[in-house]
Amino acid sequence: MSEIVLDNISKSFTSKDGQVDALKNVSLQIEKGEIYGVIGMSGAGKSTLVRCINFLEKPDEGKVLIEGKSLDDFSKKELQKQRESIGMIFQHFNLLMQKTVLENVCFPLYIQKVGKKQARAKAEELLELVGLSDKKKAYPAQLSGGQKQRVAIARALASDPKILLCDEATSALDPQTTLSILELLEDINKKFGITIVIITHQMSVVRKICNRVAIMENGNLAETGAVSEVFSHPKTDVAKRLIRQDVDNETDEETLAREQIKNGEIIRITFSENSAFEPVIANLVLTFKEPVNILRASTKNVGGVAKGDMILEFAKDSKNSEAMKKYLLEHDIEIEENVKEVI
Amino acid sequence: MWTPEITQMIIKGVGETLYMTLLSTALGYLFGLPMGVLLAVTDKDGLSPNAVIYKIFDFIANIVRSIPFLILLILIIPLTRLLVGKSTGSTATIVPLVAAAVPFIARMVESSLKEVDYGVIEAARSMGAGNFRIITKVMLVEARTSLITGVTIATGTILGYSAMAGTVGGGGLGDIAIRYGYYRYQSDIMIVTVVLLVLLVQVFQTVGMYFASRLDKRK
Repeated sequence: MSEIVLDNISKSFTSKDGQVDALKNVSLQIEKGEIYGVIGMSGAGKSTLVRCINFLEKPDEGKVLIEGKSLDDFSKKELQKQRESIGMIFQHFNLLMQKTVLENVCFPLYIQKVGKKQARAKAEELLELVGLSDKKKAYPAQLSGGQKQRVAIARALASDPKILLCDEATSALDPQTTLSILELLEDINKKFGITIVIITHQMSVVRKICNRVAIMENGNLAETGAVSEVFSHPKTDVAKRLIRQDVDNETDEETLAREQIKNGEIIRITFSENSAFEPVIANLVLTFKEPVNILRASTKNVGGVAKGDMILEFAKDSKNSEAMKKYLLEHDIEIEENVKEVI
Repeated sequence: MWTPEITQMIIKGVGETLYMTLLSTALGYLFGLPMGVLLAVTDKDGLSPNAVIYKIFDFIANIVRSIPFLILLILIIPLTRLLVGKSTGSTATIVPLVAAAVPFIARMVESSLKEVDYGVIEAARSMGAGNFRIITKVMLVEARTSLITGVTIATGTILGYSAMAGTVGGGGLGDIAIRYGYYRYQSDIMIVTVVLLVLLVQVFQTVGMYFASRLDKRK
């Protein structure tokens, strides 16, 4: 029996602009112990879908079954009890800002009327697990985004859930931190056998940790399957688009930049005092969407005036090099062209 | 002119003003806090929207707040007599003060609670918290800085009202200012009472803000 079954669920909202169908007859099975990704562009309905799993949003039609039991049949109290076994983390962490890290992790236990002593012991254990033992007395405002999400994960695990729902949990984090959070989630999945449902718009997240994936578009389920299968043989346009974006990102950032900058023209530029305050090189790259290689840079004190000195290499066969030089000149930067030696 | 009796009287006036202000604020919160919670919870974006309850309390709050305090004071004299047995003096003034303070406090509590990030409430709900726990353990806790700032504002406002009540025999510094400063042209006494009123507001404001920022862990 599947751990989570969404049976033909539909949900619509009424907004100012009329009715929005967030979910249209969506059916999905998620097995025990797997990491399941739900991916789609924003507005595809994935956040509504994940909220149907713990009935934060009640579907208009269709059934949600957790371990074979329909959430519809539950009384209010039973539903609250059920939610204790479904942890959830969010894009913006949603921690109690006026409580310490330790008290935040204790919070779900207090709701369940667990005693203070016992709750604290459990919370300390979980903070150890997420690597934040030294921050237990800190307040969320003093933590970085990645640390806040770790606290949120510890909090979600406090009631020993069987399922962990992650709603865009890494979307507010930088790539490095995203990676460490994903590793933590993977660890938790292995260690406790918790079923994890990950909602994201980043294909890289799915690629890194999910076993299976569902692709959503406009409230419909476009495609489901094993991640490797969907990646190698995407059937729908939306799947192809998401995968292409992912691959493009990768090549853009890592491979392409390295390939392009090889034996291009080298120039020396000198900043005056004023232009040293502007991010001229960064703006140059953003304007022309073409990388430049900084081979050397320094600042010198020339007669009491700060002079910046930088040696740049343009991309090989750059078509923009003349325009880029013009751009630099316009920004009060002196240029020495065709520098042969980089000293 | 300036006799020990006058000094005595002014000290007594300060005492009466403090008594009226602090007791009225406390009683105001006793009723205003639940009313504010009810308004925040039953509003259409609240935890448990209920148009009927919201409209009723919304209406009460608006009606009472639109009556000028002096008129309210006279208007509810029968109620004051019923509760206190008389309609003049500091204790009697507490009745109209509380009546005026409750809707005002309720509105401030309502707006403080509505500032609480919806995400945190949703997180608590996802953990299985019911509405009562969300109110007591999430909303009131997360909004505490704003609530304390509200207490500070309420105390200052009630102090001002209590001085106004002095004009119709309510006791306290306002009473002294009117009787001596206005009716008897003793401006020195009036100035002293005004300075004392200003000082009291300053003290309340400073203490309130100190606690508000001490208890704010968001930065």
